[in-house]
Amino acid sequence: MILVIQAHPYPDRSRANRALGRAIHDLDGLEIRSLYDLYPDFSIDVGAEQRALERATTVVWQHPIYWYTAPALLKLWFEKVLTPGWAYGPGGTALVGKRCLWVATAGGDESSYREGGMHGQPFEAFVPVIRQTAAFCGMRWLEPLVVDGAHRIDEAELSGLGERYRERLRELVAEEGRGEGGGDA
Amino acid sequence: MHERSFLVHAIVYLAAAVVCVPLASRFRLGSVLGYLAAGCLIGPFGLALVSDVDAILHFSELGVVLMLFLIGLELEPARLKAMRGAVFGGGTVQMLACGAPLVLAARAVGLPWGGAIVAGLALALSSTAIAVQTMRERGLLGAPLGKTAFGVLLFQDLAAIPLVGLVPLLSDDRGSHGGSAGLALAKVVVAVAAVVVAGRFLTRPVLRAIARTNLREVFTAFALLLVLGIAEVMELAGVSMALGAFLAGALLASSEYRHALETDIEPFKGLLMGLFFIAVGMSIDFGLLASEPVRLALLVAGFVAIKTVALVAAAGPIGVARGERPLFAALLSQGGEFAFVVFGLARAARVLPGDWDKALTLAVALSMALTPLLVLAAEMLRRRVEAGAAREADPIEAEDAPVLIAGFGRFGQIVGRLLFASGLKATVLDHDPDQIEMLRRFGFRVFYGDATRLDLLHAAGAGSARVIVNAIDDVESNLRLVDLVRSHFPQLAIVARARNVAHLYELERRGVTIIERELFESSLLAGRHALELLGVRPFEARERADKFRRHNEAMLTVLGADGGGDDSQRRARVREARGELERQFQKDVEELDRREGADWHRDDER
Ligand SMILES: Cc1cc2nc3c(=O)[nH]c(=O)nc-3n(C[C@H](O)[C@H](O)[C@H](O)COP(=O)(O)O)c2cc1C
Repeated sequence: MILVIQAHPYPDRSRANRALGRAIHDLDGLEIRSLYDLYPDFSIDVGAEQRALERATTVVWQHPIYWYTAPALLKLWFEKVLTPGWAYGPGGTALVGKRCLWVATAGGDESSYREGGMHGQPFEAFVPVIRQTAAFCGMRWLEPLVVDGAHRIDEAELSGLGERYRERLRELVAEEGRGEGGGDA
Repeated sequence: MHERSFLVHAIVYLAAAVVCVPLASRFRLGSVLGYLAAGCLIGPFGLALVSDVDAILHFSELGVVLMLFLIGLELEPARLKAMRGAVFGGGTVQMLACGAPLVLAARAVGLPWGGAIVAGLALALSSTAIAVQTMRERGLLGAPLGKTAFGVLLFQDLAAIPLVGLVPLLSDDRGSHGGSAGLALAKVVVAVAAVVVAGRFLTRPVLRAIARTNLREVFTAFALLLVLGIAEVMELAGVSMALGAFLAGALLASSEYRHALETDIEPFKGLLMGLFFIAVGMSIDFGLLASEPVRLALLVAGFVAIKTVALVAAAGPIGVARGERPLFAALLSQGGEFAFVVFGLARAARVLPGDWDKALTLAVALSMALTPLLVLAAEMLRRRVEAGAAREADPIEAEDAPVLIAGFGRFGQIVGRLLFASGLKATVLDHDPDQIEMLRRFGFRVFYGDATRLDLLHAAGAGSARVIVNAIDDVESNLRLVDLVRSHFPQLAIVARARNVAHLYELERRGVTIIERELFESSLLAGRHALELLGVRPFEARERADKFRRHNEAMLTVLGADGGGDDSQRRARVREARGELERQFQKDVEELDRREGADWHRDDER
């Protein structure tokens, strides 16, 4: 089972994330949880989230980049759901060995993500924080899928990206079937 | 008794109290001294307006009985159990420490052994009335010192029983008494058992039935009947009436009618206690005092001094903090009302020779008058000591609930459940007996009573609570409660339920700032669900509801500020405000769409 955690505050005003979501929504072996739809009041059901994570062998975090990191509700999700003794610390082994795929969309493109550019650094400079979040819980980091210049790319490009996303998830599901998934699969 | 009517007597007492008590309070001497002075003033040795002192003294002892009933009411079984140490440990130590030297001193001034034992032990007893009243006025009852002192007093009430029984045994003409000791014991056991059974199983259903009739006076009448009846049973059995009343109170302490009983009995207790102190004042025999001033001065000074020293010494082992020992001693230094009874019996049994019973009675009365002065001195001493050392932190009273909830219907219950779940003790008041019965079965601490009565609020601890949740649904009662709280308990923060906008304005006019309209939040939620069903995503629906709330509150402020103007002006304003909100929502949508813009990648424009 692959768990897709989506975090977009205005899904029906989204272009990139909506396209990505549409591309995968009918895949088998997926559980999709849209955080802003589930918890509009920011009162996360920690138990439900943890049970969903326990069912999964692969966890996908899919969201737009806001202020160089995840949107507020996903940030809160990290804080509330990844609890000590469950996700980290003594006895905190619930996520160990699970695979983690990061799918992020950014407004900035290659020319703005560079030394001296609008964002001052290449995009890779902003990755370590989220990668370490996964690593800290013992998850295996997969090659992320990053959509940059999310406002600039045209529909054709966007649907191509959606296809790639769908393909990656289908492969992951297939690997699961062959027992190559997470540590406990 | 002279041919003075009851009415005239009542007027004399009340007038004397009204004059003397405020004066005494004004000079920080406490009300007890005021009453005593009033008694001296109108008594046979003062203006001689009243003569039948003994009868009044006896009658007014009911004040002490009611007081102990109330004290019992405040003690829930768990706390009573926790007090065992203070009562039996502390009480025994105190009786031994004070009794032994007093007996020896009495022997030394020439009393025969029998008389010395009776006099010494009787003087070792303190006055529950004086000590408790003094502690209450100074807010000491809940403090550790007050609890210890109260435990000691309770033990004394127990100890008085065998002491009264002892007097005839020490008498010279012994034969006529004795023998019936077994019978006496049996009577005591039966009486106590009767009180326990009645208190446990009979009173609650009766109280419930009476409460349901909604006849306040009948409830009050039954409360008085209950206390006085029990006192009478106990007296017949030869047990202290006060002790019986205390027992009855303790048995009802965990009942839902506790606060209602407290409020009903309180005024009677207050008046009768006052009468008791007046009677003590009247009984001071100034004739004897004038004829033998030196002997009496020595007697009073001697026994109070011995007692004070012994109490200071005993306070350590009992567990009174060092700095508080003088105060503890001063509080318990006087002779008690039981001494009057014992000396009377001793005279009848000829255990005390000559005029010793009169002299000792007088000494006890004088020692009562001395207590407020000694307490003042002890407090000064403590302040002096504290000024040097760092002050100990005030103990926070666990038993004082920090929050009251008035009205425990659908609204109050949710508030209460949240508080209870957070481990906060809330005192809950409601006036529907059936409702309370049901809630108690679910394990809530609910008390029966009308929360808009000042005395009930006092009894429920409004004086020491921090927050009151005014969840009363009836607008008029709701506002009455606010008025009461604002004028009598300004320290209480109010969280108020408003039924509608008009009610909300009334609350605001009274200075209440935390107000929740009872249906507002749930209606907003319903609105959100409707928006979602029409295709708005949950988070956006929530944000619109948030905006609506803020806008609505702002509008209420605007409309409320100018009193609303006339009707058509009002309607125009509301319409205008609605248009404003629509425009606001439109702007929000545009802004959201603009977020889609290219601000995050167009490098060249910087
Ligand atoms: C509040 C906010 C903050 C943003 N911060 C960044 C940022 O730090 N870096 C960046 O490249 N793009 C940033 N963007 C642009 C978004 O990443 C971009 O709009 C989004 O990825 C587009 O995806 P969507 O069509 O699914 O909304 C931000 C956008 C918003 C609304």
